[in-house]
Amino acid sequence: MGFLEVEDLKVHFPIKGGIFNRTVDYIKAVDGVTFSVEQGKTYGLVGESGSGKTTTGRAVIGLNDITSGKVLFEGTDITSKKSKTKNVRKDIQMIFQDPYSSLNPRKRVIDIVAEPLRNYENLSKIEERKRIQELMEMVGLSPESILKYPHEFSGGQRQRIGVARAIALKPKLIIADEPVSALDVSVQAQVLNFMQDIQKELNLTYLFISHDLGIVKHMCDDIAIMYKGRYVEQGTKEDIFNNPQHIYTKRLIAAIPDINPRNRADQFKFRQEVQKEYEHSYDDYFDSEGLAYGLQPISDTHLVALPGKG
Amino acid sequence: MGNELLEIKNLTTSFRIGDEYHAAVDDVTLTLNKNEVLGIVGESGSGKSALAFSIMGLHNRAKIEGSIKLKDQELVKLAPSKMNNLRGDDLAMIFQDPLTALNPLMEIGDQIAEALLLHNLDMSSKQRKARVIELLNMVGIPRPEYVYEQFPHELSGGMRQRVVIAIAIANKPELLIADEPTTALDVTIQAQILDLIRKLKEDIHAGIILITHDLGVVAEMADRVAVMYAGQIVEIADVTTLFENPLHPYTKSLLNSVPAEGQDKLHVIQGIVPSLKNLPRKGCRFAARIPWIDESAHEENPVLHEVSQGHFVRCTCHAHFYFPEESKEEQTNGIS
Amino acid sequence: MWKFIVRRLLITLPQIILLSVLVFLMAQMMPGDALTGQVDPNVSPEIKEQIRERLGLNNPWYIQYRDWVAGILQGDLGQSFRFKMDVTELLSQRIANTFWLSLVTLIFTYIIAVPLGITSGRYNDTLLDQGITGYTYLGFATPLFIFALFMVWVFGYQLGWFPTSGSVQPGLTPGTMEYVISKFNHLLLPALSMALIATVSTVQYLRSEIVDTKQKDFIVTARAKGASESRVYNRHILRNSLLPIAAFFGWEITSLISGTIFIEQIFGYPGMGALFLETILLRDYSVVTALVLLFGIASILGALLSDIILSLVDPRIRIK
Repeated sequence: MGFLEVEDLKVHFPIKGGIFNRTVDYIKAVDGVTFSVEQGKTYGLVGESGSGKTTTGRAVIGLNDITSGKVLFEGTDITSKKSKTKNVRKDIQMIFQDPYSSLNPRKRVIDIVAEPLRNYENLSKIEERKRIQELMEMVGLSPESILKYPHEFSGGQRQRIGVARAIALKPKLIIADEPVSALDVSVQAQVLNFMQDIQKELNLTYLFISHDLGIVKHMCDDIAIMYKGRYVEQGTKEDIFNNPQHIYTKRLIAAIPDINPRNRADQFKFRQEVQKEYEHSYDDYFDSEGLAYGLQPISDTHLVALPGKG
Repeated sequence: MGNELLEIKNLTTSFRIGDEYHAAVDDVTLTLNKNEVLGIVGESGSGKSALAFSIMGLHNRAKIEGSIKLKDQELVKLAPSKMNNLRGDDLAMIFQDPLTALNPLMEIGDQIAEALLLHNLDMSSKQRKARVIELLNMVGIPRPEYVYEQFPHELSGGMRQRVVIAIAIANKPELLIADEPTTALDVTIQAQILDLIRKLKEDIHAGIILITHDLGVVAEMADRVAVMYAGQIVEIADVTTLFENPLHPYTKSLLNSVPAEGQDKLHVIQGIVPSLKNLPRKGCRFAARIPWIDESAHEENPVLHEVSQGHFVRCTCHAHFYFPEESKEEQTNGIS
Repeated sequence: MWKFIVRRLLITLPQIILLSVLVFLMAQMMPGDALTGQVDPNVSPEIKEQIRERLGLNNPWYIQYRDWVAGILQGDLGQSFRFKMDVTELLSQRIANTFWLSLVTLIFTYIIAVPLGITSGRYNDTLLDQGITGYTYLGFATPLFIFALFMVWVFGYQLGWFPTSGSVQPGLTPGTMEYVISKFNHLLLPALSMALIATVSTVQYLRSEIVDTKQKDFIVTARAKGASESRVYNRHILRNSLLPIAAFFGWEITSLISGTIFIEQIFGYPGMGALFLETILLRDYSVVTALVLLFGIASILGALLSDIILSLVDPRIRIK
């Protein structure tokens, strides 16, 4: 049994329409996603906008209602409303994409970071302050800065405040939704390094959601590629990058700009070939609605959405 | 010298904050040839977008000093009406966010046609429409007649960016400035848009200034690259030289900050990008970010030095630079 | 778009029904009924009770409500106790006056608001803008009835430029040119007084819309095309800024209603607003009820109108 198990997760949003504003259809934001994550690992969820990767992450932590399916965390079903017990919830925290808008500008850092502590733990004022100062030190910010407001920090520092808030309750799982995409390259490096450091220190598990394959490759052990709410491919980092099977994965990988200018012509040609293959074999990989087929195992770790029994 | 399209000399663009002017673009000198793609790389606050807006004359309340010459015509302090004649005709721009760059209340076709209307007074409306359809075809928009009458909100981000590009190339500009043209787009769309820009460059023979923070995009697109930090160009070289033999500490640090094959730990540049108000005005602006380098390594008034043909580096500190993670001896190998 | 309008209309209907129920129940709660003041006080209570029974005044409220609505639909709004005439007839004289006053006020409001708002927004933070903004603050701070009294005193009594009461000079034949001019002359001062105050919110709204739109990315796109400053304003900024003003229109009608109540009273202008105050003071409840109903319906229709205008001009709402 895995640390985090997601079974056939579906999140459908109703589309309202017609004269009486009734539900006429559903957007299948997440349409039958199954995966498991081992403790201490980083699981990457990759996709383009509209792929459902963020919704998946938000459904796991309970920010989006689940239409059907199960989320098991350390063996406990956390989907049913009843069992939304405090203890399970505090073990899962989230880091948001935009450090500029995810922190309340009118609150001081101490209040921002203390929020989860106040929700779950009964600490005295002095204990709480000490805890927050420790946390600030952990994320590399000076303990004296807890009385400042978010706007007094740079983007990278703000994201670290977000991380401090997320790790305040010593969670076991952190869902990181595009944690660095709003940041400059050098600041990205800072936050990514730091996330790796605290992972080791606290034995954290990450569900790492990103559109940037370069970063995912750097951070993740296992990777899943999503497209229109479904998985198209899942495997270890090596499976995905060295042996991509699904045409969509190939296309995604081919689209990453190559940092070596000498490879330019090759990269360009490669991309065109993949594009040709994509157009050619589109019908082999997607059903009549343009959705991916069910996953078929091609090795112990590697699953690909191919037509057939699925 | 007949190949020069754009010549910028000692350009300084300052903004007023409180009672003082602060230079966002500080003494920038560069040239762009016909048919050339010049990449400008930098992080937010480096002044790269301010530079683009200065060339386009789109700053409202900035003080612009120095000279910008487009084919021997001086653009700085050009009369607004003359500048209007050039903008959208000889020089055009592609913007970062296609979701906000188009007028939400105007049909797609009309927005492109406006660019034609402003610079081709003798064109009939029928000709204009035909040209718009042609442009929509050129930028790879399917069913152009149908899209002509659509509104921006009816198109996807990638399609809208194609429209923005169609507006920019409507009058076959000689200089095209693309300011982070793919930052807001998905990777597969980014690849398509970059391909499109490359293809258009061959069609219209424009000189292109490509502004981006993405080193990968630069590596794929640019002929030459200028790296900007805190309003100044710190290094400029042809693209292979810059990626294979980067010299300035900032360029090196930047290249080491992006995940690459076999890299365990990313390099982190210490400190933060100083804000416009707090820019160091004296000495090497990058000095505060590399405090382990001895002060004597920096020049008092850093200038660009030509280290090899066409490869310029600001300040002397690059000769003494090493990453704190590695020993001083290793530094000569450059980056792996 | 039609779907939107149909849906919007479908919402309007229950709104009006709800309004009529509320107005009806309110009227029921008032002391006295249709009989009070009509019947000779010496008539014995038994006979009164008989008449009540015959008129259906003892029926449960929903049956009375049904009869009341049926009456309204046939143009019967009841009898005025004081004026001793049909409410419908009484109102029909006044409604036209108020309609013209409101229309002219609206026109003045926009004639003042659009140029001031545009100037203020376009040249924001200049001396000109500060002057206009200063005027709007003054307008917000000045109560309408005080300003109206001031206007009557200055332009009506001191300067004598405008008549100070009535809606038309007595003795003129309707339909003649003189009659129309006299009507307009009587309208001018009250309409202008009201517009000068009512316009300030629109001026401010338009100003902030323009300042906002000016900084939008698509304006930079327009400039990058080589559009001149005036073209940028006329083609891109104005249309996008005027759009929310259209949405404001319905609210404008609501505020007009409360405005006419004071203005008509002060200018002695025989419209619905003046009638409203008069009948409240006279406790002429059947007229008050009818007026509240009409004012309510006017506001609801105003809101409906704004939504329809908005759906016509904004492609994002327009559904093909």
